[in-house]
Amino acid sequence: MADKKWMPRWFYQLASPRWCYQITGKLLPWFAVAALVLLVGGSVWALAFAPADYQQGNSFRIIYLHVPSAILAQSAYMLMAVAGAIGLIWKMKVADMVLKSAAPIGASMAVLALATGAIWGKPTWGSWWVWDARLTSMLILFFLYLGVMALNSAIENESTAAQASAVLALVGLVNIPIIKYSVEWWNTLHQPATFKLTEKPAMPVEMWLPLLVMVIGFYCFFAVSLMQRLRNEIIWRERRTGWVRELLDKQ
Amino acid sequence: MNMHTNPRQQASEGMAGLFMATCRREFLLSFRRKSDLVNPLIFFLMVATLFPLGVSPESGFLAQLAPGVVWVAALLATLLSMDALFRSDYEDGSLEQLLLSPQPLFVVALAKVIAHWMMTGLALTLMAPLLGVMLFLPAEGMPGLMLSLLLGTPTLSLIGAIGAALTVGLKKGGVLISLLVLPLYIPVLIFGSSAVQATVTGLPLGGYLALLGALLALALALAPLAISAALRISISS
Repeated sequence: MADKKWMPRWFYQLASPRWCYQITGKLLPWFAVAALVLLVGGSVWALAFAPADYQQGNSFRIIYLHVPSAILAQSAYMLMAVAGAIGLIWKMKVADMVLKSAAPIGASMAVLALATGAIWGKPTWGSWWVWDARLTSMLILFFLYLGVMALNSAIENESTAAQASAVLALVGLVNIPIIKYSVEWWNTLHQPATFKLTEKPAMPVEMWLPLLVMVIGFYCFFAVSLMQRLRNEIIWRERRTGWVRELLDKQ
Repeated sequence: MNMHTNPRQQASEGMAGLFMATCRREFLLSFRRKSDLVNPLIFFLMVATLFPLGVSPESGFLAQLAPGVVWVAALLATLLSMDALFRSDYEDGSLEQLLLSPQPLFVVALAKVIAHWMMTGLALTLMAPLLGVMLFLPAEGMPGLMLSLLLGTPTLSLIGAIGAALTVGLKKGGVLISLLVLPLYIPVLIFGSSAVQATVTGLPLGGYLALLGALLALALALAPLAISAALRISISS
């Protein structure tokens, strides 16, 4: 077993809460600076310099918040489920903590996507909410997050809670494509995805470049808040170990 | 027992025997407590009664509403009955014995869910035409209603059992299980009520039934794994 190294060494090192705490401490400032620069720069570019839409005027500019938060809400669920799978397979405590920390961030991203969508929908479609496929599947994604969070807080034993939420997150991951397509066949009105990996975007470059900057900025912001939550969680769970005591005594 | 039987054959006999024994035990236990059998059906009937009272007793309007209402009522009735699936076994300790036994938990979980479905989902399916008549569902819609429920309710039971297994160790599992399971029920609800609507309007039914069957096949293959993993996690604490 020992000579079969098919996983890189850092993967196993991440399993140590102490090492993970230190490495996130080193990475955190870089991501924080990147998030700040990209988000501020991207917002100024998007709000002041990007051209207005020929039909929707300036009201389209909310997509610079809406699209990144919707993308993030989906990515965060992926991350949560992958962390859950890692936690179940390799019994890594850190993966359990990542799962627990990612759920509230993903849920708030889903809320942000729904809220910005509603604000944009009022002038454009004439109503705050329509029962459209993409809106509904985002709402269901939000419900899935709530389920994971509710289960995690209902079980008192930390490792049991983490394992149970990991199973639920994985069941949800299997269900997400099914939910997406079932809802899509049920009813659709929303425009198709703004960014696709396989096609060129339909928008002009001046419009989608700031959007790309915003998306990357949101990812950096997500990394920052995930790392902060993770560090809190590590400190809390390892509060009885020597190195955390030393750390707290120093401060 | 014959000492010279093929070990593989013995194992498969053991598997089928285990399945049948678990089913028999489930049936026996629930026929000894008949109220648990009838309660979901009464709930199903009552929810359907609320809609004409709450919305409008007008027949044309109710007929439009009927596919969705019957499906939502069946979904909620299944959901409410799910919490009891592992609860009594957990409380009297027999669930622990099942987990400790050398037999695969996969088979036990599947048998328990199928026995549970026969007493709730199948009963709900048989009762659905009554609700259809109460809600003025056109007679053409009845086969679609029964077929879609027949294919859809086992999926509901299988998915609900995952939630039941995850929450069995908790004192108050009731509301939590709905939170966990309801979002996962949505595809079944969509395809099920669309199937009924299709038969009412005279559209072909095959596609919807194929989709419901695909969901059932997926759930049959994957849900018992998730149920047994969840049971092991719940018991370990």
